[in-house]
Amino acid sequence: MLRLSKINKYYRIATHSLHVLRDVDFEVQDGEFVAIMGASGSGKSTLLNILGILDDYDSGEYRLGDTLIKDLSESKAAAYRNKFIGFVFQSFNLLPFKTALENVALPLYYQGVSRRKRNQVALQYLERVGLRDWAEHLPSEMSGGQKQRVAIARALIGKPRLILADEPTGALDTTTSKQIMDLLSEIHATGITVLVVTHDPEVAARTQRTIRLRDGKVVDDEGEAAA
Amino acid sequence: MFDLDKWKEIWATLRSNKLRTFLTAFGVFWGILMLMAMLGFASSLETGSRRQMKGLATNMLFVWGQATTESYDGLPTGREIQFTMDDIEPIRRLPAVDAVAPRIQLGGWQSGFTVAYESKSGSFQVYGDYPDLTRIIAFGYEAGRFINQRDILEQRKVAVIGNLVRDELYPPDVDPVGTYIKISGVYFQVVGVMKTLRTGREGERDALTVYVPFTTMRASFNMGNRVGFFALTAKPGFAGPAVETQVRSILKQRHRVSPTDELAIGSFNMFQVFEKIGGIFTAIALVGWVVGMLTLLAGVIGVSNIMLITVKERTKEIGVRKALGATPASIVAMVMKEAVVLTALAGLMGMAAGVGLLALAGVVLEHATNVPFGPPEVPLSTALVAVAVLVGAGGLAGIMPAAHAASIKPIEALRAE
Repeated sequence: MLRLSKINKYYRIATHSLHVLRDVDFEVQDGEFVAIMGASGSGKSTLLNILGILDDYDSGEYRLGDTLIKDLSESKAAAYRNKFIGFVFQSFNLLPFKTALENVALPLYYQGVSRRKRNQVALQYLERVGLRDWAEHLPSEMSGGQKQRVAIARALIGKPRLILADEPTGALDTTTSKQIMDLLSEIHATGITVLVVTHDPEVAARTQRTIRLRDGKVVDDEGEAAA
Repeated sequence: MFDLDKWKEIWATLRSNKLRTFLTAFGVFWGILMLMAMLGFASSLETGSRRQMKGLATNMLFVWGQATTESYDGLPTGREIQFTMDDIEPIRRLPAVDAVAPRIQLGGWQSGFTVAYESKSGSFQVYGDYPDLTRIIAFGYEAGRFINQRDILEQRKVAVIGNLVRDELYPPDVDPVGTYIKISGVYFQVVGVMKTLRTGREGERDALTVYVPFTTMRASFNMGNRVGFFALTAKPGFAGPAVETQVRSILKQRHRVSPTDELAIGSFNMFQVFEKIGGIFTAIALVGWVVGMLTLLAGVIGVSNIMLITVKERTKEIGVRKALGATPASIVAMVMKEAVVLTALAGLMGMAAGVGLLALAGVVLEHATNVPFGPPEVPLSTALVAVAVLVGAGGLAGIMPAAHAASIKPIEALRAE
């Protein structure tokens, strides 16, 4: 599914540079459910950005499927993100002036799908996350759990092979967190690869495998699937 | 591809801060309104001034004799040039000349003469004229007619009076036609009351004039063969200044004036006046365009500025869009569209307001003949150019913010929490 080999990433701050990722090296198989854990500053968000083709890296190799993801043009990166990856964010990142339905349909808009078609599909995905009746509501009228479910529907609508979730439960209470993790498990059960970045051990416990980062290095990789 | 979503998005963005949108739009609105007002003002001044000049053939030329300033052909300098009736035929034979009317004034150029009707009298200009004058200066008649060919041939003692002469000499209930007026002891029968089609000072002068047949004037007041000056018009298609040169040159030969003596013969040329006036109006219109465009530019900079702020505020939204697969090109298109829609909408409103304003001014100025302003006319083509300029300006206003939006990195956007 995806493979990282000796990924290094530096942040240059004025005179000195910060070595954020040091020789990060791992592989994720199709259909895995993986947690990436680490304290803040461990480099896990940077890693997620690289995995999500939102950021580039300085050395090493990142392959998504058969594609080498390196030095892509912005348009190309956008196309790959749209095609392969669904994002779930801690703060949901729904567009406030759009209804739940329109938010879910947005990735299809960038694929050039017609309005009628994408609204139809978006409604199916809202139904799948149990929010069909909320289709015409604005994010401001919904609870945090509902917003995150809308965001998950939006992540799924492009039929991605990989879901990247960045602290998906970070802004939610325990009960809602559990519901969201149930939903992610369900999605995983349909065969989609799910990667969750978290610092919550309970969230990590729901996954099959946990990759721990410390100071930009992989220090532990529990339950790694056999290659 | 027409997509309702795009419009909904633009609408949502513009609506999300109504005051800011309004103020931004107002800059463009004002710019266009000013542009329209300026062009309207220029055109109003032009139509107004042209209306005041109406009644003057625009290809009109006056020629009169002065005094020589060079000795020539054995003749001394300072010799007075006096045109005569014999000069008419050679001028008339010039292919470029349309109508020639010799004129002579009683008492000399612009001097008043006492004219009396019964017990009332006043001082007016008295001209000896040919019927051809009406081909050069446009006349209307309140009553009767102008001098005709028989008046000339028979040296009839008839007169046509200007309407202001009538107002001064006659009680309101008396029809002047058929009555007799006394000019320098000679009685003339009034055959017409003339109403000038010129306005302003020229028109007033026409209205304060008494016209008698040229031949009658000559005979009654012992003017011999003399001609005061020639009024003539060029045929259509002939360049005015060239005609002027031809006429002057013929008259110089006939009166033995040095070809280089430009002061011996005076002439006044309406075409050059019109050309100059035309130039002035072009200049005024140009100033209108420049000032209007600069005002518009200020509005456009305002739009650009606000769009830039808007884009910065929407960093996160743009980041999310990019994460979901928006290409830089689609982001650029989005911001540009917003800018174009905002400027075009505001501009069209400004244009509508401008058209309304000009229409209003048109109604007010339509019948106001005493001011040099006529109904303003801004042609459709100008309006269309303005619209094109607006859309272009909108695009221009969008370039910087759009480039900024496209350069937003999704991670930076998503980090900003």
